[in-house]
Amino acid sequence: MMSVLAIEVPYWGQSLLRVLGGLVAVLLPAGTIVYVFLFKMMSFMQSRLGPMEAGPYGSMQLFAEVGKWLQKEDIQPDNADKRIFRMAPIVVLMSTFLLVAVVPFGPDAWFTNFETGVFYALAVSSISVLGILMAGWSSANKYSLLGGLRAAGQLIAYELPMVLAVVGVVIQAGTMNLQQIVLAQNAGSIFGSDIVGNPYVLTQFVGFVVFMIAVQAELTQAPFDMPIAESELVSGYMTEYSGFRFLIFFIGEFATAGVFAMIASTLFLGGWGIPFSWFGWTDMDSVANWMNVAGPLIVFTKMMVLVFLIMWIRFSSPRFREDQLQRFAWKVLIPVSLANIMVTAVLKVAF
Amino acid sequence: MAQIPGMIKGLAVTFNTMMRTFKNGSNTVQYPHEKEAPPIRARGVIALHEDNCTSCMLCSRSCPDWCIYIEAHKELAPPRREGGKPRAVNKLDRFDIDYALCMYCGICVEVCPFDALFWSPEYEYSEPSIADLLHDKSKLGEWMETVPAAPELEAGAEKKKK
Repeated sequence: MMSVLAIEVPYWGQSLLRVLGGLVAVLLPAGTIVYVFLFKMMSFMQSRLGPMEAGPYGSMQLFAEVGKWLQKEDIQPDNADKRIFRMAPIVVLMSTFLLVAVVPFGPDAWFTNFETGVFYALAVSSISVLGILMAGWSSANKYSLLGGLRAAGQLIAYELPMVLAVVGVVIQAGTMNLQQIVLAQNAGSIFGSDIVGNPYVLTQFVGFVVFMIAVQAELTQAPFDMPIAESELVSGYMTEYSGFRFLIFFIGEFATAGVFAMIASTLFLGGWGIPFSWFGWTDMDSVANWMNVAGPLIVFTKMMVLVFLIMWIRFSSPRFREDQLQRFAWKVLIPVSLANIMVTAVLKVAF
Repeated sequence: MAQIPGMIKGLAVTFNTMMRTFKNGSNTVQYPHEKEAPPIRARGVIALHEDNCTSCMLCSRSCPDWCIYIEAHKELAPPRREGGKPRAVNKLDRFDIDYALCMYCGICVEVCPFDALFWSPEYEYSEPSIADLLHDKSKLGEWMETVPAAPELEAGAEKKKK
């Protein structure tokens, strides 16, 4: 039996709550990100207003778009490998749903409390590469195949700095459990002062920067958007997708942005917690029950801040060239993150 | 490393634009609700002053898209002077411009020797059916009302000789 807000919930209820919670935790941020950042922030950065007709300030625009996509014809190329073609978008979206499963939202509000949550998150996040490769190959289209291969090369190249950046956090927290990492950040102290706890963005700043760059590349957002370069590859692996299959790719892209931002906020910004010293909490058991409600909101806020960074860079940067991209990953990010691990390990032992 | 200052500058540009749009509104207008007045010499639609046309076919022949269709017949008009011969004038039967083909180059307006064609800044004449973009003589004549008066010549400019 688990208690949420001091109410005992039976096992089937917990499962149901988790499924619903998973849907909400993936789709709500995705919708918010698309409206706030893709529709509005991008427009404002280009000195225009964006959608204004559907609902107040165009807030219902996303529903209109979804309706439009659902109406469209579901086209599959003749030479396409039909089964794989149909599976690919679902595989991409699946990796997002698997990823959200380890994000903690409160002292008791979590989907699963893995001991090796970080490891699991990094593992399932690369499932989307599989989906993208499947999409690129099965479309029977040169552009799609090139886009798929570019995506695979890019995601593999940036998976590595991402893993290495997280290792620094894992060393400092001494655990791979995301819940424990949150605890370590909020209950910790930095130079003897516990006024803001110890969010790892301060001590692991290099790791944070490397992680965010790698996330940018994992999400194939500009300046790392060669796999879906519309001017060279006609949207790459998504070329042949239309209607609701494209919609699934689209949701997957922004849902993954949200979930990666949640993981980044858990690892570096203190996750659902607020510095425990503010309320005199010392460990997980002493955290007040209302954090189960406030926690998701805090995670959501931190996620929005990080997605703002991701999108801001996306809307401001031109695209890298393919070789520049690979060079940046292998020659800059990986050495930097390796050095970060070394310094972290030495300091961990020294203090 | 050398690219980082440029990147930050770019980020600042987009951020400042966003803040400016928040404060002062956007540079664009919400089209069907509010409209921008196009400049008076904007190339919106071509108007026909039918009485000036002599159906010389210059416009039709110089049109790169062949989108002007002219048909005419000769008519006898009363003589200019007492006791003279009746004049033969060309009477327009058909003068159509197909705006589905027109590319708004304005060569017809330039080439017209009798000032029968004019640019008008009017731009709202889209049609649900592409065939309705073929504007006939009377419709082209109606556009004449929207043609703005020619701007004043610059001081000291040479007057056009008759």
